[in-house]
Amino acid sequence: MGTITFVEHDGTPHQVELEDGSSLMELATNHGVPGIDGDCGGEASCGTCHVIVDDAWITTTGTRTDLESQMVEMSPECGPNSRLACQLRASPALDGLTVHLPEFQM
Amino acid sequence: MGRDRVIVVGAGHASAQLCVSLRQGGWEGEIVLLGDEPSLPYQRPPLSKTFLHGTTTLTDLLIRGPEFYEKEDVTFRHARVTGIDRKAGTVALDDGDALSYDRLVLCTGARPRSLAVPGAELAGVHALRDAADIEAIRGTLRTARRAVIVGAGYIGLEAAASLRKLGIEVAVLEVADRVLQRVTAPEVSAFYDRVHREEGVDLRTGVGVAGFEGDRHVRAVRLTDGTEIPADLVVVGVGVLPNVELARDAGLAVENGILVDEHGRTDDPAIFAAGDCANHYDVRYATRMRLECVANALEHAKAIAGAICGKENPISALPWFWSDQYDLKLQIAGLSTGHDEVLLRGNPADGRSFACFYLADGRLIAADCVNRPKEFMFSKRAITQELAPDRELLADPDTPLISLLQTPARSAP
Repeated sequence: MGTITFVEHDGTPHQVELEDGSSLMELATNHGVPGIDGDCGGEASCGTCHVIVDDAWITTTGTRTDLESQMVEMSPECGPNSRLACQLRASPALDGLTVHLPEFQM
Repeated sequence: MGRDRVIVVGAGHASAQLCVSLRQGGWEGEIVLLGDEPSLPYQRPPLSKTFLHGTTTLTDLLIRGPEFYEKEDVTFRHARVTGIDRKAGTVALDDGDALSYDRLVLCTGARPRSLAVPGAELAGVHALRDAADIEAIRGTLRTARRAVIVGAGYIGLEAAASLRKLGIEVAVLEVADRVLQRVTAPEVSAFYDRVHREEGVDLRTGVGVAGFEGDRHVRAVRLTDGTEIPADLVVVGVGVLPNVELARDAGLAVENGILVDEHGRTDDPAIFAAGDCANHYDVRYATRMRLECVANALEHAKAIAGAICGKENPISALPWFWSDQYDLKLQIAGLSTGHDEVLLRGNPADGRSFACFYLADGRLIAADCVNRPKEFMFSKRAITQELAPDRELLADPDTPLISLLQTPARSAP
């Protein structure tokens, strides 16, 4: 039912099968994608699932919420397309999505 | 020749992270996960919240889905380990089997401390630690009207908030003179005291429990001053004890937890311990400590995987914690032990959002942040960088925190 690609900071891509309804954090951790920790289990409490949505996709995913902003804006790697993967829900509309991982999770 | 085998005893947060970190670190041998609960490792923090409410299932809470363990070639077995034979390099299981290990990791966790008072065994008196505890509490919620929580630590207060949300009358009893006494500044205790009262909790501090009354099922909680508080549900949240028996019986050093070095290794080079049961030497704080939190379990697991895979990664991450109660998201960075000053940003006496910064010799060492994710993330960075931020600017709500990160660190006074 489609794929989502996580690109590590060093450029290594990880293509993961899209599961409708799962968060991007869950998809990444269930497939052992390095660089996404998701320590708090998806409560937007830890800020360790920071991803940067590819420019071509930001209108589809939407930009981050206020809560996400507060969590990611202290990261030196925060950009306009920064999001928390635990707050991004996978759906068929995201088939083909690419997100980039920062060098460090805070 | 068979493959080398890592056996992980216990199936919690540390265990799940070990599976991930061992494979990412290049471990190609077997990984066997032995759990004394039937489930794969699951998230414990939501137990006292969404799982108690019945809005999530245990499957929703799995840290990694079954497909992860299959893909990473991890064998999960529902079995309790009854002993370790270090000479033979084997563990004995309660089903009579024995398994050999090349590396053994003890993730045995902790168990709730029970109250040694009459009536503690009555039906309706519950602990709050694992999924089975919550399932037992959930089974009583249809009829429960009046709950008494013993202990005003994080677990007790989270349980109080969850039960209030369900419309149940709640009393909270705490033997200390303020809530969260062991872990926060008086300002933060006063804030949580106020909010729980605003939410309708009958909160009593400085009271001792003498016993639980009832024939078969609990009917009331009796205080040491003779007062009786009616209750058809009691939750005891008075701390935990590390599960060290397996290690101690195997002759490993134990003192408030299984003693391990900065790589999570016990005094037997083939045996490690992680999570709530482990008392580690911490590189950041240059001292021993035993912590009870998810972040600590994950850090232990990463360090142990590093040691097993030959890529040293000593325990040094900044500890952090969180607690959700009502509409309050509390995020805690660092350890406040040894602070000599407290600074507030926002007013805990009013509203529901503020940060409490703990300083030692002018340096930021910890922060309790209520509905202040920005202050929390700021603190994680500032503490890690050992910054001594300007006190006035730190307390000034109009000063953007990011500007305090950009100023060069001045040396502490």
